[in-house]
Amino acid sequence: MATQAPALLTLEQLERLVPALHSRGYQVIGPVVRDGAIVDDVVESLSDLPVGWTDEQEAGRYRLRRRNDETLFGYVVGPQSWKKYLHPAEVRLLTAERSGRTFRILNNEPTPPRRAFLGVRACELAAIAVQDRVLQGDRYRDPIYAARREGIFIVAVNCTQAAPTCFCTSMGTGPRVRGAYDLALTELVGPGKHEFVIEAGSDAGAEVLAELAPAPASSVASEAVCQEAEAAVERAASQIQRRLDTTGIRDLLYTNFDHPRWDNVAQRCLTCANCTMVCPTCFCTTVEDVSDVTGSHAERWRKWDSCFSQNFSYIHGGSVRSSAKSRYRQWMTHKLASWIDQFGSSGCVGCGRCITWCPVGIDITEEVRAIRESPASSKESSHGNP
Amino acid sequence: METLEHIIAEHPFFAGLESYYTNLLTGCASNVRFDAGTYIFKEGEEANEFYLIRTGKVALEIFAPQRKPIMLETLGEGEVLGWSWLLPPYQWRFHAHAVETVRAIALDGKCLRTKCEDNHDLGYEILKRFAHIMEQRLEATRFQLLDVYRVGR
Amino acid sequence: MATAATTDPMLPQPYSVRQVVKETADTFTLTLEPSNGAGRSRFQPGQFSMLWVFGVGELPISISGDPAERDRLVYTVRSVGQATHALVSREVGEAVGVRGPFGTGWPVEKAEGRDVLVIAGGIGLAPLRPVIYEVLHNREKYGRLVVLYGARSPRDVLYRKELAAWARQRETQVLVTVDYGGLSWRGHVGVVTTLFKYARLQPARSLAFACGPEIMMRFVARDLETHGFARENIYLSMERNMKCAVGFCGHCQYGPHFICKDGPIFPYDRMRPLLEEYEL
Repeated sequence: MATQAPALLTLEQLERLVPALHSRGYQVIGPVVRDGAIVDDVVESLSDLPVGWTDEQEAGRYRLRRRNDETLFGYVVGPQSWKKYLHPAEVRLLTAERSGRTFRILNNEPTPPRRAFLGVRACELAAIAVQDRVLQGDRYRDPIYAARREGIFIVAVNCTQAAPTCFCTSMGTGPRVRGAYDLALTELVGPGKHEFVIEAGSDAGAEVLAELAPAPASSVASEAVCQEAEAAVERAASQIQRRLDTTGIRDLLYTNFDHPRWDNVAQRCLTCANCTMVCPTCFCTTVEDVSDVTGSHAERWRKWDSCFSQNFSYIHGGSVRSSAKSRYRQWMTHKLASWIDQFGSSGCVGCGRCITWCPVGIDITEEVRAIRESPASSKESSHGNP
Repeated sequence: METLEHIIAEHPFFAGLESYYTNLLTGCASNVRFDAGTYIFKEGEEANEFYLIRTGKVALEIFAPQRKPIMLETLGEGEVLGWSWLLPPYQWRFHAHAVETVRAIALDGKCLRTKCEDNHDLGYEILKRFAHIMEQRLEATRFQLLDVYRVGR
Repeated sequence: MATAATTDPMLPQPYSVRQVVKETADTFTLTLEPSNGAGRSRFQPGQFSMLWVFGVGELPISISGDPAERDRLVYTVRSVGQATHALVSREVGEAVGVRGPFGTGWPVEKAEGRDVLVIAGGIGLAPLRPVIYEVLHNREKYGRLVVLYGARSPRDVLYRKELAAWARQRETQVLVTVDYGGLSWRGHVGVVTTLFKYARLQPARSLAFACGPEIMMRFVARDLETHGFARENIYLSMERNMKCAVGFCGHCQYGPHFICKDGPIFPYDRMRPLLEEYEL
C-alpha cells in the first residue's frame, strides 16, 4: 500500500523518526528489553529499542540472547501485543456518585494520548485489523477501543527472520506487512552497513518520511536495494518451520467436537490462560464493580478475562464449561472456526505467541494436525448449520 | 346416543384397530362414573381393569408415613389409566383418586387377558399401544425427576 | 452527559423503582420508570436489559412487561444470589441503572395470521408474557393463543390472576401444570409436555415460543416436533453468562452465536445441533 517509491535511510536519518513523531504530538510506543523479554513501552529515541538483542523461542520457551551486531529489530514478537494499548487490560468504564435516591454518572474519563506504534510486525498489523473488525466493525462500536485506535500512527517493520514458533505464512498474514500502515521499513544490516528501506503507506506517513529524507533524489531506494530488502523478507519466510493447514478448518473443528484429541490436550492444559493474554486477537473481558466504604461512590472497571477461567461460563449455580477439555476446545474452536462465522476471517494471525508462552508447550498447529489426520467418524450435525 | 362400541372405536388409544377387535373389546367394556373425591382404585388391590378417561381428572397418589398423600401425576381427558392389569402380579402400584368427577369406559382386565391369550394378534395390538403409553410416561417421569425448576445444583 | 449515554451502550441510565410485587417466596416483579421523567422505554417482546445495582453488580434480565406501555419497564426477578437479592431489595423511589434493550425478540410478526403456542417453564414465563400481551392486545392479527405453563409446585406459579384472566379471552387456552402437586391443588400435575395433547391448535399453521431451563426446552422442542411442528417454527430463548450485552466481552458465546446480539431468541433448527453438545 505504498503511496510513493521506497526511500533508503541511514541509521542517522532514521534516528530523526522519534523526534519527528514527538513534534507531531505523538507518544511513541516501541519494543524495549525488560525483565528478560522484549515488551512494548514508551520510547524516547531509537537507543531505547532492543539494539543488538534477539530472541530464542520454542514451545514453552523464551530467552533473550545478544547478537553480534547492532540490529534494531533483530527479533520477532514478545509476550505483549498492541492490544495492551488499544484494548487495555484494565480500564474504567464509569464513575458514579449517589445523589439522593438516584445516581449520577460522571463524565471524567481521561482522554488517551495520541500514540505512534513503532515496530509493528506483519502478524501484529493483521491482529489489529482483526480486532478492528470485532470491536468496531459489528453491530456495536466500542468507544474505548475507538478512542485509542483513531489517529494511531503505525510504523510497521518487515521481519527479516522468523522464530520456530512463527506460522504467519500459513495464516496469510506475513512476513511482509500488508494492510494499513503509515510507514513500513525493512532493516538491512551488513559489514559496514546499517540502512533501512522505508516506504509510506499514507499521506501522514509520506509527510513524516519527507522530513526524514529531505533530498528525495538521493534517498530513493535503488532497484538493487529493494531486491535486497525483498530477499531479506523472503529469508524470514523460508525460516518458518510450523504449518497450520487452514483448508476447511471451520467444518473440521465443528464436526470434531467429540474428537479424542480434546481429552489428550486436556491432560496437558493447565487452563492458566497465558495463551489468551499473549494472543493479540483475544478480546474477552469482564466487568467488576467497586464502591467505597461509604457506598456513595462506585466505579465499573473492565478487565481482560479468559475463556479458560472456571467462572467464565457461570450461570445459576454452575459453569457450562466446567472441564479443562471444554475450555481448551472452546478457545481453539473459537479462534480458528467460529471466528470465521462471526467476523469473516480467522481469529489467528500465526504469531506463535500461544506456543511460546504455554508453560507446557501446547502447540496449536500440532493440535489441528492431530485432529485433521484422524477425524472422528463423520457426524451429520455440525455447529450452526443444520 | 353413542354406543360403547362407537366410543371405543373412536378413542385415540384404539385408533387403527380393526373393527373385529373393537367388537371383541366392547364385550369387555362398560360405562363408569366416579364422583369427585372418590378413589377409583387403591394401591395393593387386585388390578382387574383399565380405564379410558372421557372427562374429568384422576390423580395418581402414593401414601407415605408421616407425610400427606403425594400426588405423582394427573391424567385427564383422553388418557388411559392403569396397566397393572396387563402383567403379573396384577396389582395396583398407586392410588387413583378422582380429583374431579370422572366419566370413563372401564375395560375388564381378566376378560381382556383371556381374549388376548386366545388371540395373539389382538394381544400384540394391545401390547403395542400400552408400550407406547409406558414410553411416554417414562420419559415424562424422567423429565419430572430432573426437577428442572429447582435453584442451584 | 445525555450524548455520551446515547452513544455508549455501556453507560446505565438511572430508572426509579415504582413498584415491587412479591410473586412467590423468591421471585419479585419490579416496575421501573425513567428517572429524568420523559423517556420512551420501547422494547420488543423477548429483549432484555442489563440492570445495574449501584456498586454491587449488573444482571441481564428479560423485560416482562407490556410493550404497549411505553412509560415503564417491568422485570420479574428470581432472587438467587447477591446481585439478584440486591436488585429485588430496592425500595420504591430508589434508582436502578438500566442499559438496553438488547437482543433479538420473539418473531411475533411471523405469527400474524397463525396460531401461537407459548410454552413456559418456571420463570420462563416472564420473557414470554410480553408476547401474550401483544397477541391479546391485537387479537384480530393472530389466530388461536395457547399458553402452556409448568411450574415446580403450586407455590411457584407466577401471575396467577393474569393466567385466569387470559384464560377467559376468546380463542385463548391457558393450561397450567406443576411438577409437584399439593393437597389443595386441583390442577394438572406432571411435566409441561404432558399438556401438549390438550392444546387445541393446528401445528402446521402455528408458531411455538418456548422459554425455561435448557433441559426443559430440549424436551419441549422434541415433543413439539413429534406433534407436527416444523423445526423452523419453534423458537427458544437461550441463556449464557453475560457481562456486556453488546458482543464484546465474549462470555455469552454459544457455538458461533453471541446470545446477547444474535439471540437470545433462536429458531430450533439452528439450535438443535448445538443443544446436543455437552459443555458447549
